[in-house]
Amino acid sequence: MFAYIIRRLLYAIPILIGVNLITFALFFMVNTPDDMARAQLGAKQTSPELIQAWKVSHGYDKPLFFNAKASGFDKVTNTLFTQESLKLFMFDFGQSDAGRQISSDILQRMVPSLSIALPTFMIGLITNIALALLIVLFRGSVLDSVTMTIAVAIMSISGLFYIIAGQVLFSKLLHWVPISGYATGWEGSKFVILPVLIGVFAGLGSGVRWYRSLFLEEINKDYVRTARAKGLSEISVLFKHVLQNGLLPILTGVVVVIPTLFMGSLIMESFFGIPGLGSYTIDAINSQDFGIVKAMVFLGSVLYIFGLILTDISYTFFDPRVRLNG
Amino acid sequence: MIPLFNGISIYFFWTDIMIWGLFFSLLAWSRVIGRSEQVKAQWHRVFESKVAMIAAIILVAYFAIALMDSVQIHLAHANTQPGSFLDVLLAHLISATERTYSAPFALHEFTKSTQLGLNGEMQQVYLPLKHVNANASIGMQTGEAIALGLLISAILIGLHGLYLAKRNQTSFPQMLSAIWLEQTKLPWRTAYVTLTSLVIVMSWLFKLSYSYHVLGTDQVGIDVLYDTLKSIRTGVLIGVLTTLVMLPIALTLGITAGLFKGWVDDVIQYLYTTLNSIPGVLLIAAAVLVMQVMINNHPDWMHSTAERADLRLLFLVGILGVTSWTGLCRLLRAETLKISQMEYVVAARAFGVSRAKVISRHILPNVMHIVLISVVLDFSSLVLAEAVLSYVGVGVDPTMNSWGNMINQARLEMAREPMVWWSLFSAFVFMFILVLAANLFSDRVQTVLNPRESVK
Repeated sequence: MFAYIIRRLLYAIPILIGVNLITFALFFMVNTPDDMARAQLGAKQTSPELIQAWKVSHGYDKPLFFNAKASGFDKVTNTLFTQESLKLFMFDFGQSDAGRQISSDILQRMVPSLSIALPTFMIGLITNIALALLIVLFRGSVLDSVTMTIAVAIMSISGLFYIIAGQVLFSKLLHWVPISGYATGWEGSKFVILPVLIGVFAGLGSGVRWYRSLFLEEINKDYVRTARAKGLSEISVLFKHVLQNGLLPILTGVVVVIPTLFMGSLIMESFFGIPGLGSYTIDAINSQDFGIVKAMVFLGSVLYIFGLILTDISYTFFDPRVRLNG
Repeated sequence: MIPLFNGISIYFFWTDIMIWGLFFSLLAWSRVIGRSEQVKAQWHRVFESKVAMIAAIILVAYFAIALMDSVQIHLAHANTQPGSFLDVLLAHLISATERTYSAPFALHEFTKSTQLGLNGEMQQVYLPLKHVNANASIGMQTGEAIALGLLISAILIGLHGLYLAKRNQTSFPQMLSAIWLEQTKLPWRTAYVTLTSLVIVMSWLFKLSYSYHVLGTDQVGIDVLYDTLKSIRTGVLIGVLTTLVMLPIALTLGITAGLFKGWVDDVIQYLYTTLNSIPGVLLIAAAVLVMQVMINNHPDWMHSTAERADLRLLFLVGILGVTSWTGLCRLLRAETLKISQMEYVVAARAFGVSRAKVISRHILPNVMHIVLISVVLDFSSLVLAEAVLSYVGVGVDPTMNSWGNMINQARLEMAREPMVWWSLFSAFVFMFILVLAANLFSDRVQTVLNPRESVK
């Protein structure tokens, strides 16, 4: 078990290096060290000597991937790519264009992001599964076909529509909740409730369809027939057998998402003025702040890979057949 | 530029060429698969569902509008703006630009303007719209539009009915009565009813658009109906062309990984795990930012704003394609692995059939259903993604008509009292109909083509 986790963690390293390579290649195409020096030094001091001096003092004078001048191992390590990657691996994201520390910004903004993303995820998951079970209970009936049609319709509407319609209806016309904003503590709940509800509703269509097909697949298996044959009621078949055995595929889809919840939702946060990581990213994209975008790409990948490892580990707890030894 | 006659010539943007290329290759492909009785029967089963028939007709209408918008027409004598074939059809809407917002069917502007009154005092009045014919009776025009729509659809249905009668070797009245009583295998009655309603709605919009702004006007007075219709091309193109970029990558890498196994498989798996671990929107955003800077640094690549917007759309489609092949690739790899271990494929290899032959004879035909299902499924999510990406600021060019841009602009007016709702409404409704039709159609394709489901 322990060895397995170590192995998975080691396997993550080449992937992270690959991610770094992609972001590095993308950003250095447009944001060369010369550009960075010019932006940092300001428009007035753009003499080549000053730029060169800035590059040397910040370590940007090294070659990109391969240092021919260095000797031995340094040929690969004493390069811009290695240096930049190492910084990222230490979660040192440097400064944003506005001169703020990106790492501390990210730490600060994780909490607001989570306060939206976590309730949306939890309530969404429970509602989806509950509704799907209910529909499976009435499978083949009119209720089934009607709700499935509604689910397709919900899926076909743009997420932007739910946000805009929700804001107009609940904030502008009914004045139940403020249109946007954020506060900490219990004060904040009035800001959080609308985005959470909208997030849950928007995901309802695809979610219910997915869990329904999952349960239907389970319900056609032999052991369910046996359970019914021995006289169990339909409800106890569903809850005792189908739900429990369906948990494993649910797990695969769910656990991988949990770490990425930290990233927040881009649109939701910017519409509702939540100072989380999603709106942070959007602002960075709009102001073309490459440092922040790079940091967020790296962070997102780390969290995703972490989610993959978490999924594997959680299998061992829920499925005794899976043995993760070396 | 291809000169036609009378000083009229047509030309194509890059994305135009791609969409027409795709259109003709689809035609060719449908001829090829028409030779196989089995595939033909499968498609027949897709269309046996009434819902799928309705969805398909709506999709065809959208695609037709997108194609009409993908031929650029240049008139030598006329002093008109260069535009597409659709622009020529809707020329009256382009010239009917007002000063600012106006509600659907409104006779005056949405906001009051200050004007000098008769006695020299300043007044707040609603200025009348310039391009609205208040004398035109909506009832009369609706009647005319319905009559026109019925006539057009009667001609279309008549032609199709004649064709069906000839193919089934019955008389035309007999064929029609069989269709009406739903005795045909395919639900032609549903198809005809859908077609008729669609044509009537279109002719109604078209007819009334001459005297009114049917869907209102936007901030700078552009007719919203025109804006929405032009947006169809952007939505459809992003949904379709991305597939064109993504398919070759996913097919080659997926099949190679599944067939060759070993280190090739490892490399390809590493490639898609890496790409997959970068959050999708961020990867797209990063790539689009890079592209923006690149376009800004090379102003010599394009000569006009339209060309610039087109180039950006092309890049966007490329970026979406390059970032979205991973899911399909993984599916194809798994399926190829499974097929290549089947006895008949192993036997074929043992008999000395080359790898290329194995791919074309055994693997490609057997993974086709996965490709098809994922292509139809991706279409609707791509149309929806366009709106979100444009909102984030990494979508199509801001000068290009698209639903995302429409929503983005209209969103800023939400705080206005009373609300300016029509731009949002039009964009969401047109997008919803397209996505709903695509989703319903893909559901049907999935049930028919998925071997696991069809057994039941």
